[in-house]
Amino acid sequence: MRRTPYFWLQLAFTLLVCSFLLVPVFMSIVAGLTENFFVGVKSGFTTRWIGVVWELYAPTIFRSMYIALATLAVTLVVGVPAAYVLAKRPGMATRLIEEFLVLPVAIPGLAIALALIITYGGFRDFRTSWGFILVGHVLYTLPFMVRSVLAVLSSFNFQVLEESAASLGAGFWRRFFGIVLPNARSGIVAGALTVVTLSIGEFNLTWMMHTPETMTLPVGLADSYASMRLEIGSAYTLVFFIMITPLLVALQRYGVQSTRTRKGA
Amino acid sequence: MRGRENRFLLLMVAPAIVVGAAFFLLPLARLAVVGATGKLGIAAYTAVVTNPQYFQALASTIVLSVTVTVATLVIAGIAGVFLERNHFLGREALISMLTLPLAFPGVVVGFMVIMLAGRTGLIGEITSTFGAGRLVFAYSIAGLFTGYIYFSIPRVILTIMAAAEKLDPALEEAARSLGANPWRVIVDVILPALKPALIASGAICFATSMGAFGTAFTLATDIKVLPIVIYTEFTLLANIALAAALSMVLGIITWATLALSRVAAGATAAAAG
Repeated sequence: MRRTPYFWLQLAFTLLVCSFLLVPVFMSIVAGLTENFFVGVKSGFTTRWIGVVWELYAPTIFRSMYIALATLAVTLVVGVPAAYVLAKRPGMATRLIEEFLVLPVAIPGLAIALALIITYGGFRDFRTSWGFILVGHVLYTLPFMVRSVLAVLSSFNFQVLEESAASLGAGFWRRFFGIVLPNARSGIVAGALTVVTLSIGEFNLTWMMHTPETMTLPVGLADSYASMRLEIGSAYTLVFFIMITPLLVALQRYGVQSTRTRKGA
Repeated sequence: MRGRENRFLLLMVAPAIVVGAAFFLLPLARLAVVGATGKLGIAAYTAVVTNPQYFQALASTIVLSVTVTVATLVIAGIAGVFLERNHFLGREALISMLTLPLAFPGVVVGFMVIMLAGRTGLIGEITSTFGAGRLVFAYSIAGLFTGYIYFSIPRVILTIMAAAEKLDPALEEAARSLGANPWRVIVDVILPALKPALIASGAICFATSMGAFGTAFTLATDIKVLPIVIYTEFTLLANIALAAALSMVLGIITWATLALSRVAAGATAAAAG
């Protein structure tokens, strides 16, 4: 096929956009592995900044991981059954419930964090525990789990399968675990990947809600950008990239196409 | 039988409703009340218009978000339609790379802007090599603009691509054979067909920019966007009532934008279909 000049022009433009997004990523990776970024790569490569990051911030890395897994557990237990009910009984009432469940996506994280602090900040033990952060993350990610599962369940008539199972004598829970869940698997996987990715990268809520003992990775990043030398911030960012990239690759492979409502910068 | 099933269903949706009520509705209601019970009283809600300092912050946040939205729609629109239309070696890789920053938190995006346009940034390096002096704009409104575009492009481009997939090339062919130049084809054929997607993703882009905090926080610019003002009032000045009122206003703006866009996109989709 012959390419028109318009093709090359648009390709050049798209490549330019791509380099705008990727060049700084590449630079920060190099900076995190360079002895002295101001001197340049001729100062030599080193992993010592990664070592410094590990010494200073290792707890934030593990905390982010287990908060993400806890968030995932809660959104699975709470979100998947809810999505099933919404798909099974489409109507005015469930429509309202759906609107209500996905509402947190439309409100900036800062506002939600303030609301939570004002309401629950008085409960000291709760306020200073990682459970407080967990609440924020669940609130923020639950809509993505519900939507993802709901999208898959609404895309085919699972009720017919359920009815035939019921006619063979399968009870409610047996049908839910034996038919609904396996058929919703792709939505659950996509939802789970989204939840973990969003939780690991969440900053707006967590920055307001954290205490020195409940610092997460993105909070630590902000701290390092503000108070550490550029190489340390870069090395820390590199650690974040290493954590997030497999999730993103998996998400691109298994994710539901709709990313329309992803938010949270 | 059905009554029993309904009880089960109620049981299954109940946890989600409880979580939403206890940790979202109730706190939001508290936020609204607290916003009205400071030393300004209910006037805290109008302070965003009557107080020049807050009004300035609101105005610059809106102007910034609108500019970012328009620029992102143009950039992601061109790249998205192109990627959907043309198949070439490396296309898949290009799409993956363009959507990679989706998961970057705002702070990381801010850091990327520093990498590009900060004191040791690439752009300054290039301009000083060419003897034009070191161009540093990360910490100005241009830096904010750059960062907001950075996190918006990946969000918008997938929606545009999904919509462009449904474009009918025959319509463009027809327009061209009737003598329309490429510009007319874009304005009269492609844009109207993409309209629902542009409205929907534009609204998300605008709402995200209005509420963005991490990027502005990292860049620590002297331009005060509304989320930074809220943060400053709350943590540094302990002006809790005002911070609450301002966040309610901000939340209402983003929520209303998204709700309106769904109505508008739905209406144009219905009209087009």
